[in-house]
Amino acid sequence: MNNKVKALIAVVVVAIAGVVVVQQRSGGDVTLTLATVNNGQMKDMESLKGEFEAANPGIKVNFQVMEEGDLRSAVTSDVANKAGQYDIVTIGAYEVPQWGANGWLTDLTPDLADKAYDVGDILPPVKDALSVNGKQYAVPFYGESSILMYNKEILDAKGVKLSNNPTWNEVAAAAKKVNSAKTAGICLRGKPGWGDLFAPLTTVVQTFGGTWYDMNWDAKVNSPEFTQAVTFYKDLLAAAGEKDPVSYSFNECLTALKTGKVAMWYDASVAASMLEADDSPVKGKMGYAHAPVVKTKEAGWLWSWNLAVPANTQNKEAAVKFIKWATSKDYHQLVGKKLGWSLVPPGARTSTYSIPEYKEAAAAYAPITLEVMSAVNPKQPGVNPQPWVGIQYVAIPEFQDVGNQVAQLVADAIAGRTTVKEALDKGQVIAQAAGDAHKK
Amino acid sequence: MRSTKARLITGMTWIIAVTYFFPVAWMFINSFKTENDAASLTPKFIFTPTLEGFSRLGERGMSNYLTNSLMASVVSTALVLALSIPAAYALSIRPIHKVQDALFFFISTRFMPAAASILPLFIIFKNLHVLDNIFALSLVYAAMNLPIAIWMMRSFLSEVPHEVIEASRIDGADFETELWSVVLPIVLPGIAAVALICFIFSWNEYFFSVLLTSANAKTTPPFLASFVDGRGQFLAVLSAASTVAALPVILAGWFAQKQLVRGLAMGAVK
Repeated sequence: MNNKVKALIAVVVVAIAGVVVVQQRSGGDVTLTLATVNNGQMKDMESLKGEFEAANPGIKVNFQVMEEGDLRSAVTSDVANKAGQYDIVTIGAYEVPQWGANGWLTDLTPDLADKAYDVGDILPPVKDALSVNGKQYAVPFYGESSILMYNKEILDAKGVKLSNNPTWNEVAAAAKKVNSAKTAGICLRGKPGWGDLFAPLTTVVQTFGGTWYDMNWDAKVNSPEFTQAVTFYKDLLAAAGEKDPVSYSFNECLTALKTGKVAMWYDASVAASMLEADDSPVKGKMGYAHAPVVKTKEAGWLWSWNLAVPANTQNKEAAVKFIKWATSKDYHQLVGKKLGWSLVPPGARTSTYSIPEYKEAAAAYAPITLEVMSAVNPKQPGVNPQPWVGIQYVAIPEFQDVGNQVAQLVADAIAGRTTVKEALDKGQVIAQAAGDAHKK
Repeated sequence: MRSTKARLITGMTWIIAVTYFFPVAWMFINSFKTENDAASLTPKFIFTPTLEGFSRLGERGMSNYLTNSLMASVVSTALVLALSIPAAYALSIRPIHKVQDALFFFISTRFMPAAASILPLFIIFKNLHVLDNIFALSLVYAAMNLPIAIWMMRSFLSEVPHEVIEASRIDGADFETELWSVVLPIVLPGIAAVALICFIFSWNEYFFSVLLTSANAKTTPPFLASFVDGRGQFLAVLSAASTVAALPVILAGWFAQKQLVRGLAMGAVK
């Protein structure tokens, strides 16, 4: 046989042989693989992992940092198929109760019972959102709610004052008063997507008395309250919102507020730390208030990025040890001392807000974040009871698709391509199909 | 008039070329800036260059990801060439029955979007215990590139004059001699073109790498995305990483430029 043919065959054989080589783990030591999102706080954790490894000889932690969409796809396929590629996963508050109920995650309740960890220090609404039937399936790394952020200079110039707990009517009146050709009164997300437009809009719907589903999983998308809330949102954007709202989400509104193109913004509380950053043009000029309300006492949403241990990991003991370290009080001290107090992960532990250095570094936004996050109720955020735990989302697998489809319809209404009634009538049919799957 | 038209065309060509090239050049420039310079709201053209971004790549272990990308690209490209040349041979120079049906079958394997095949692939990989295995990922890349390679190789082989092949057969050349000494030297530029395209496709592949690998076999493209940071201080290091990631493909294209142009033109002229 010709040598070249032999060489080609050899390449094929080597490639196929390589396939059957099973990856060997180094003996003795445990290497934990942690899948996480590319957020600053997670990267801080990666930069501090050496402290954990030094205190726990024999355990190494390998970070796999991914973009949010990639993380969701990679972790969902891995955990749902019990593939075991990851020992620790970073997942959102939306996934935890569903995956916990499916038996995909380790029940952490017994492991968190020790006094030193102080599980009772975790903000109660956050803990509730991560538990199913009294079992806690994840620990919060950091959390956020939604608040109203406004440029005091712009509002003061027009003689507008806002209370600490404003109503939507007050906010709408203020937005209209400060609205001008140069500066829009308020920025609200209009980009279609369950995590974009519907994050703030669902909280507006809830405080107007609406909900996605009632206790029987009957959809309520075209109910009078839901319709009233969406109409209010659309009218406010038309009267005093940013131009072309359907292309605006978190980042666009953040830039608009920083550059003085809008006077107010209702969005995630984590934005406050960016508005108060040293390089922010509006640092020290901002005011913060609770999420605006109508019929409820609070209307803020609740989100947390959490660490969980897949049920089938081979390294459960080491994995639990790491996630307890990364969400402990000591870790918050470590971040503060090594990286800076303003970088301490917010919205997870009550005690964080008692650290003097943190209180000083985050004076502008820490008190309001704690107030709102302690006050929201993920079990019943609206006027009526709901059959799931969660605020700005419905904790069922179908919601991503339902939310995206209805968000597109509502975005069309905001852009004037259809009416609110037409959009919500179509949305009702979509939501009901998903609700039917959960009827008992 | 003619000269004005020619100047206009030349001008337009320059504008288009610069428009296409500018983002790449800007990425390259940013890779030598500090994070503050790179994130500056007013673009900075004059700055003190630094290698800070590149040094941070080493700290994040980029060489492992580059090695994985290289392994996956080389192994899959070698496999594709090893399989596509004989397949194309059987579809052009020594045609089998129903050539058109066979060609349609090959290309039909690309009709299904990758997203539709990922779950079955994931389960197969899991059951074979080859998740996070670079050789298994290489097989997927080879399968992904094989149809296009067969189609390209077939069009290149069809360009080989029959008279040359017949003459070699009359001179007593057997199949191996015909393939190695007559046909392949003629289509070498075409093989280079196929190899480079397969290499680029594998090098840049993102979707399968994200889902089928984790700690040991992750390739460069998903690693690049990990540099994006909500706090905004990531442009310089991301540009440095992207520059390093783009370099092998640019260099390969540069060196094989002449072969590539000849190769890609082969199938175009009948």
